[in-house]
Amino acid sequence: MKRFVGFVRKEFYHIFRDKRSLFILFGMPIAQILLFGFAITNEINNVNIAILDQANDVTSKEIINKIAASKHFSIVDIIQKESSIESIFKKGKVKAVLQFENNFGNNLIKEKQANVQVLTDATDPNMANTISNYISAILKKYQQELNKNTTIDYQIVPQSRMVYNAELKSVYMFVPGVMTVILMLVSAMMTSISITREKEQGTMEILLVSPLKPFQVIIGKVFPYIFLSVINAIVIVLLSIFVFNVPVNGSLFLLGIESVLFIITSLALGILISTISATQQTAMMISLMGLMLPTILLSGFIFPISSMPLPLQVISNIIPAKWFIIIVKGIMLKGIGIGFIFKETAILVLMTLLFIGISVKKYKIRLE
Amino acid sequence: MGISVSNITKSYGKVTALSDISFDVKPGELFGLIGPDGAGKTTLFRILTTLLIADKGQATVAGYDVLKEYKSIRNSVGYMPGRFSLYQDLTVEENLNFFATIFGTTIEENYDLVKDIYVQIEPFKTRRAGKLSGGMKQKLALSCALIHKPKVLFLDEPTTGVDPVSRKEFWEMLKRLQKKDITILVSTPYMDEAALCDRIALIQDGKILQIDTPNAIVSHFPKPLYNISANDMYGLIESLTNYKHTYSIFPFGEFVHYTDKRDTMDIERLKTYLESQNLTDIHIEKTQPTIEDTFMELAK
Amino acid sequence: MKNKNVIEVENLSKLFGDFAAVNSISFHVKAGEIFGFLGANGAGKTTAIKMLIGISSPTSGKATIAGFDVYKEAESIKKNIGYMSQKFALYDDLTVKENITFFGGIYGLSKKQIDRKRCELVDELGLQEVANSLVSSLPLGWKQKLAFSVSLLHDPKIVFLDEPTGGVDPITRRQFWEMIYKAAHNGTTIFVTTHYMDEAEYCDRVSIMVNGKIEALDTPKKLKAHYKTDTMNDVFLKLARG
Repeated sequence: MKRFVGFVRKEFYHIFRDKRSLFILFGMPIAQILLFGFAITNEINNVNIAILDQANDVTSKEIINKIAASKHFSIVDIIQKESSIESIFKKGKVKAVLQFENNFGNNLIKEKQANVQVLTDATDPNMANTISNYISAILKKYQQELNKNTTIDYQIVPQSRMVYNAELKSVYMFVPGVMTVILMLVSAMMTSISITREKEQGTMEILLVSPLKPFQVIIGKVFPYIFLSVINAIVIVLLSIFVFNVPVNGSLFLLGIESVLFIITSLALGILISTISATQQTAMMISLMGLMLPTILLSGFIFPISSMPLPLQVISNIIPAKWFIIIVKGIMLKGIGIGFIFKETAILVLMTLLFIGISVKKYKIRLE
Repeated sequence: MGISVSNITKSYGKVTALSDISFDVKPGELFGLIGPDGAGKTTLFRILTTLLIADKGQATVAGYDVLKEYKSIRNSVGYMPGRFSLYQDLTVEENLNFFATIFGTTIEENYDLVKDIYVQIEPFKTRRAGKLSGGMKQKLALSCALIHKPKVLFLDEPTTGVDPVSRKEFWEMLKRLQKKDITILVSTPYMDEAALCDRIALIQDGKILQIDTPNAIVSHFPKPLYNISANDMYGLIESLTNYKHTYSIFPFGEFVHYTDKRDTMDIERLKTYLESQNLTDIHIEKTQPTIEDTFMELAK
Repeated sequence: MKNKNVIEVENLSKLFGDFAAVNSISFHVKAGEIFGFLGANGAGKTTAIKMLIGISSPTSGKATIAGFDVYKEAESIKKNIGYMSQKFALYDDLTVKENITFFGGIYGLSKKQIDRKRCELVDELGLQEVANSLVSSLPLGWKQKLAFSVSLLHDPKIVFLDEPTGGVDPITRRQFWEMIYKAAHNGTTIFVTTHYMDEAEYCDRVSIMVNGKIEALDTPKKLKAHYKTDTMNDVFLKLARG
């Protein structure tokens, strides 16, 4: 135990004396979360839209006026027939078309329910989603005003349809993604680098010719990073709660446990990388190309998995980050419990055991 | 006890690093492996410190088999690899502490053993190891290799890249350590250091050329050896190369070391020949061969 | 050409803050001389060399290399000197021929000259069989001999050698020194830095630096006589230990 403590203390010296790794450890998470938080904004202003008013009655006119008065939209075109919608989108003049059904006002009064369709150009899915939300909000407000003076419950039913990207999944939920990337980066890259550094410096030779057992070296190497990664995870969650008002609907405890699981998965990957690379440079390259890129691109963090080509969808299954993102989204945004993410958790556990198994097998007690 | 090596062979692909090496080091002996880079010294050290497995042959260190009892060896030897292998970002004291801890001991416990060496670097104990001079790094590395009181000490080229003052101090320290019943196997590419060992093995291209005490090795030199100097070194070498009786010539500092093909040679006739080659200030005298002379004779 | 000074250094100093890494050194080296520049680790050797080869500017003092001023004519100096160090000499991942072609190219030799030199070099060093092998596959001694020849490709007036023969086997080491003697015989000045004293014994004259100053400068023979020792190693120990 004393040996282990001594080893861990040495690792902490390394970490705190290397300015670069300190920056990667603590500067990066904060920088990334702020960057993503402010860059992916959900504020829209003066977005060009077109109106297709098939009702042309008092109610529809009132709603159009409300929209025209809002600072978020400007109505640049009034179109007459449904067939013009596609051409107007293709020209790129407008981001959305608002279509009122025939007899909109009559329907609202007689049937107590009327339909309006919001068509959005989802080539920019983030924008499309936001526009749709804003228009719904305006409609809702109008509906509330209408219902205030009467006991009858009038309902305007907005039907949103995203053009070009029908199955839109939100990318706004950047927190799970950033958290995943950071934990992966810190855990896998930093451990693999710190082990290969010993090989490069020649100190691994001395460690091998000592009574330290291989697993003591490995655990000693990863222990500080478990600790630091947990701190990182806490910082990210706090930042997203207090700076960006992202809710944590589920259990914080469960989130913590799952994070530790993912950290261990990443650490196991880091050790695996270090057993196959001889220099820090190789370890860094493998970590960046082999882990970071897939984690960012194929995990559903930035690009929705459902809109990827089938081969990539299949590949995404072997990326641990994919499962962790599902777990984090589930806990933070949907507030679900372990019962709903049991499958994902099990997959991560299996992956971790596999990686640890391979690394222990590959870890050499000699130089070759 | 000590070290025993029999018929060790090791190849990397097509390259044979060690071929059929055998020797014994007695307990408490200071044994030198003398040979140039690429002779196989480091490979041999790695086999004995259980870092590599030999293709053929057996070896024991402190009585333990390098293959079967590698764990016992790792507990009882000290190893200083060829390049500076300490943590550059840790201070002198932290390095020593770390190595004491992983061997399950403390600095205090074995302070006696390293005291001699460590007091010289103790004034700098809060300095990072990376900022030490070559000589101090080497002393720290030796302290770290000694802190667990090893029975056998392996030093792979400890004096390479270190200035003469530090080299001399280093050898003096080894001599003192030897008195504390530590068996020492040291390698060096520098022939002048060979004389400081109890026994040496001359090694080149993975083969041992000779094993003996430094004095015995020198006395085995087969021919009379002459120191020759003249006003122009280049001219002297050229002339001697073309001399029909020349057996070997090697520049040796301000002299040329010369041996003759014949059993008895006539100094005056050689002098006359050299003068005929427009050389002046010619001095020829018999000299004592060095270990380097023997090495070159054996390696020819 | 002989007896003309190709290196002239007068009161050359380099300060880092308050610390004088090189403290007013003066010496000169004649054409065709083999000059040993010795000193312990940290004595200021490296700093001094950097000033002489024109990659670091002195704080004060004068120095001319091959007739060029170290302050103003650093570029001309670089064209007239060769440099070889133990740490970096040749590209391991290029073949023998490719290395010669590359270094010939950076020294501005014409294609014809390079072709001629390449054949000469390969013949002289007996490298015919390995001319198309990677340098990394050569034994250390061969590499060092090749590196020295490459540093002479552009017929420099002065060659700076930084610990050229460390770790090389004794026979190859002597072949190396025979090459040095030959180059010196042909008029090239050799400036060798080393802290291995056996190498010092080969030099025409040696200087020994201690703490930024040149404490001794003479032929090895006279130095040994003056300090009443048998070897340069002992001369060095006496000086460095004070």
